[in-house]
Amino acid sequence: MEMLNEKAILEIRDLDITFRTNAGSIHAIRGVNLDLQKGETVAIVGESGSGKSVTMKAATGLLDSNGVVNRGQVLYRCREADGSEEVVDLLQMSKKELRRRINGRHIAMVFQDPMTSLDPTMQIGPQIMEGMLLRTKLSKAEARARAVELLELVGITDAEKRMKSYPHQLSGGMRQRVVIAIALSGDPDILICDEPTTALDVTIQAKILELIKDIQSRMGLSVIYITHDLGVVAKVADYVNVMYAGRIVEVGNVNEIFYEPQHPYTWGLLSAMPDLDTEDDRLYSIPGSPPNLLHEPPGDAFAPRNAFALKIDEKADPPLFKISDTHYAATWLLHPDAPKIELPPELKARLERARKEAERYL
Amino acid sequence: MSEALMKVENLKQYFPISRRFTVKAVNGVSFEIYPGETYGLVGESGSGKTTIGRSVIRLHDPTDGTVTFNGKVISGQLDRETKAMLREDMQMIFQDPMSSLNPRKKVGDIIGEGLDIHGRCASRAERDALVAEMLKKVGLSPAHAERYPHQFSGGQRQRVGIARALIMNPKLIIADECISALDVSIQAQVVNLMKDIQDDTNCAYLFIAHDLSMVKYISDRIGVLHLGYMVETGTTEEIFSNPIHPYTKSLISAVPLPNPVLEKRRTAVAYDREAEGVDYAKGTEHPVGGTHTVLATNEELSRWMKG
Repeated sequence: MEMLNEKAILEIRDLDITFRTNAGSIHAIRGVNLDLQKGETVAIVGESGSGKSVTMKAATGLLDSNGVVNRGQVLYRCREADGSEEVVDLLQMSKKELRRRINGRHIAMVFQDPMTSLDPTMQIGPQIMEGMLLRTKLSKAEARARAVELLELVGITDAEKRMKSYPHQLSGGMRQRVVIAIALSGDPDILICDEPTTALDVTIQAKILELIKDIQSRMGLSVIYITHDLGVVAKVADYVNVMYAGRIVEVGNVNEIFYEPQHPYTWGLLSAMPDLDTEDDRLYSIPGSPPNLLHEPPGDAFAPRNAFALKIDEKADPPLFKISDTHYAATWLLHPDAPKIELPPELKARLERARKEAERYL
Repeated sequence: MSEALMKVENLKQYFPISRRFTVKAVNGVSFEIYPGETYGLVGESGSGKTTIGRSVIRLHDPTDGTVTFNGKVISGQLDRETKAMLREDMQMIFQDPMSSLNPRKKVGDIIGEGLDIHGRCASRAERDALVAEMLKKVGLSPAHAERYPHQFSGGQRQRVGIARALIMNPKLIIADECISALDVSIQAQVVNLMKDIQDDTNCAYLFIAHDLSMVKYISDRIGVLHLGYMVETGTTEEIFSNPIHPYTKSLISAVPLPNPVLEKRRTAVAYDREAEGVDYAKGTEHPVGGTHTVLATNEELSRWMKG
């Protein structure tokens, strides 16, 4: 198998997933493409139910049993310890094979709530060692030494003593550090962080994000963030994928998305979040709520909530239009025949403010 | 300024765990809320912000201190009239709309329950009309009264929670992390709704949250809590343009900004209370101009004012 992009480490091609439920089938993922290059950070942004978690779950074989992959590929460039390299399609592997070869060793995940991803009845030391003992030929003492090293790496002081703590004896930020240490124990190439800081306070959130960034540059990790918080995205991401109703509606590097967004949904997301300078009387909000994919809407799924929807939006789903080499957006507004649209004034002022502030540093 | 709607003086809330150990969740906090204003309480988890909200509405019995609401003391034993007044004039919106709505009741009955208990309506028809009007006000349709909470989305459920609080026409609403569980686009809808309602009815909010940018947007005045102490309080403008306490500074510096170039260059200011040797129990409240006060000892204050 070959990848389209030779520098890519993970490539998702035209992924399409349906969930079978009692109420009917839900078309949750509708043709998603995603690229991740070595050492980069890619963020997937969207509301709950947009399919951002499902996309990554499919790639790691954690899809719920009622999920069916209709088509698509998840290509991963698998580098073994002996230096050999092979491109594999993760969707073609059995769950057993994924667990044996990929999960933990090459792709590791950090979940939202550290209290539910840790075993409450087990001391954290053995929890970190558990995976290492299963995967490698390390002796118990070696694994223990490595676990202490990992705890120090994730910024836990008194690591030796902490090995004997139970999860409930640690604060939320500490627990998430332990989860990160467990994820790193298999020396992965890719770290998938699914809302890693949503359950944490702002001050601790900042520390955890800085920690992940620091480890990433030290270990050369590629990181995928799944989040709905644009502040987090601005802090960590190189590339951003905006997801809506199972499709990626806009993709670009982080500056393109934040300073020159093209899709009305991205506009909405940006203006709905007040920054510390917002003084408008009302926040701009996207009207309505995300569509129920049990009844897949014809045309553009965002059209009913879009103040700038065109007539064609009701009939046909827009393709991704190219804006620059890295920036694409799926909206008919970018079609050459589309009428020129003025940005909402609050957003326009805000983007200008953001660009001006940024220019001081460039 | 007019008479304060609620005055909290030296509120303490302790939870005895065992004979030897007591959790001191709130340690002598004082603040005032005026009619029609929004007072924001911020702080990390465990700072006691939720406990304060629950103490003033009497879900906890305060250990010490006085709370005056509507000209009546509501912190000690409550007589029947004061209790009725408190239950009608102060309402609460909770964080998780799913767990705060009774799953076995229809939304119409959840919203109308307060009216029934306090005998506000003479007939069923009158009550149903009020409920229908309230549903419209929060952006739902009157037909929704016949549905159950699980048939709604998260944002709609929070609207039901707001409708339930509003139908009593309260003077003060305690909003405890009421938007944290919602999606970004829905958060904005709910905040706009809360602002509209305030313009309409002139109710006051005690807005409890950890999201500083939202607190800054919605609040007139802010109190910053840490470990059960109110370390700094003042108008939103005073707190954000001139933060003095190092904890406030670290909180503000940790707010992620949706601006990648700035955000990537910024590291959060760390604050370690023990390393700095700050003992909140020794500090006293120092006014630093306007309504802005900081909890500090004389020596700490002069050090922080310089830095």
